[in-house]
Amino acid sequence: MHIIEAGNVAAAIGVKLSRAQVIAAYPITPQTPLTEKLSEFVESGELEAQYIPVESEHSAMAVCIAASTAGARAFTATSANGLLYMVEQLHWAVGARLPVVMCVANRGIGAPWTVWNDQQDTISQRDVGWIQLYCNDHQQIIDSVIKAFKLAQTVSVPVMVCYDGYLLSHTYMPFEQPEQSKVDAFLPAFTPKHFLDPENPGNFNTVTLPDIRLDVDGIMAPGYIEIRHNLQEDLRAALDTYVTIDKEFEKEFGRGGNPFVEEYKCEDAEFVAVCIGSLSYQLRDVVDIMRDDQVKIGVMGVQMYRPFPDQAITQALAGKKCVIVFEKALSYGNQGALYADIKSALYSSEKKPRIHNYILGLGGREIKTQHLLDALAESCTTPDTFGDSPRWIGLKLQE
Amino acid sequence: MVKRKYCDMISRSKPGPGDGGNTGSWRVMRPVINLEACIPVKTKKNSCFNCWLYCPDCVVSKTIPPVINYEYCKGCGICAEECPTGAISMVAEATPVTEEK
Repeated sequence: MHIIEAGNVAAAIGVKLSRAQVIAAYPITPQTPLTEKLSEFVESGELEAQYIPVESEHSAMAVCIAASTAGARAFTATSANGLLYMVEQLHWAVGARLPVVMCVANRGIGAPWTVWNDQQDTISQRDVGWIQLYCNDHQQIIDSVIKAFKLAQTVSVPVMVCYDGYLLSHTYMPFEQPEQSKVDAFLPAFTPKHFLDPENPGNFNTVTLPDIRLDVDGIMAPGYIEIRHNLQEDLRAALDTYVTIDKEFEKEFGRGGNPFVEEYKCEDAEFVAVCIGSLSYQLRDVVDIMRDDQVKIGVMGVQMYRPFPDQAITQALAGKKCVIVFEKALSYGNQGALYADIKSALYSSEKKPRIHNYILGLGGREIKTQHLLDALAESCTTPDTFGDSPRWIGLKLQE
Repeated sequence: MVKRKYCDMISRSKPGPGDGGNTGSWRVMRPVINLEACIPVKTKKNSCFNCWLYCPDCVVSKTIPPVINYEYCKGCGICAEECPTGAISMVAEATPVTEEK
């Protein structure tokens, strides 16, 4: 069924179709309409779930952790400072290997207070261990939510589904709503191997000693470092798992095939603009304008940021003349996080492209197509003398 | 042995002594039961057992007399606090050496 709705509603419908059983969330702009919609679904009986109102984001994630530990499919959503407030629990959810799914409507972080879009909130959480998926439009939001639940329960790692606040969360777009029966076939109910069970009492994630030890059953139990090592290995293996899940999804619903990056006119391109999120669709307009002037340029949107699909990115970018990375976030005191990650991925490549970094759109600063055009024109004409420091787009008051 | 999946090797244990490792080495004060004041010993009945019930590490047995497993008892003193007849006292594990004059 084709409908026209806001990005937040697309996410809510995805959660409903995925049959989330426990939802706990605290409202924060621009995520609020998503959880409001879910509470409506629960109230009307359309979604058979426990909706648990909480007093903070930290509690929201704590409820999801508890529900997931009991074997329930748990969901929450947040933005910006709300995400930061749950950080301690984010680490807990992934260390405990719980398949929680969370939507983040990307927003800038205070101080100074802002409610507008950039991506510093989730980019700052890249090292937590959660899987991070990013969406470019409403169709990808609803599809990614459904795939996220499947990925999370397959690899026992929580997944963040991120989309640009306002630009996607509050704008209306047409998208296809998958049929419930097909989603049920794609995402069957599951029971985790270990869960809270009064018939079989157990302690989860208590003090774990530096070394391995025999547990009360006489089985050698992992120490802290083994558990952390296993998370890293499973995250790397999740790249292949996601390819499989994406293929299954494509077979069932006819959409997919680009689990890691979405390329536009990249095949014959000498120059490739790279970014995360809805900006990649805005950049397509710029690419079209430049193509009219015979500049061989394309754009690539990164859709999975953690685990980092370094091989797919190297494959797409090695041999290009220049890669231009646009970011709505910074690793402060260094460079854009995506820029540094892409540079690192290309290090072992024999045909290293030049690589440039632009920072833009922080705290909702308008991104004008002309600014993008000027930046790309400069990068394409001076690929060798650009330097390694990020340049800022649309910056004012530089006296 | 069947290879365990990484994601199943979480920190999980069952309630019981030794759940947190060899915690007996943490002990500074040792609980000692005065059997003459212990209710199940005096009455020869399976009664009271507050020490067994309240021990956070399940190291006190529900037997007559109750026996403390010092391998895992970390010396928290909850059993001494909860004993209704004051039969359990906390005794120093070691007496510091007094300085020679």
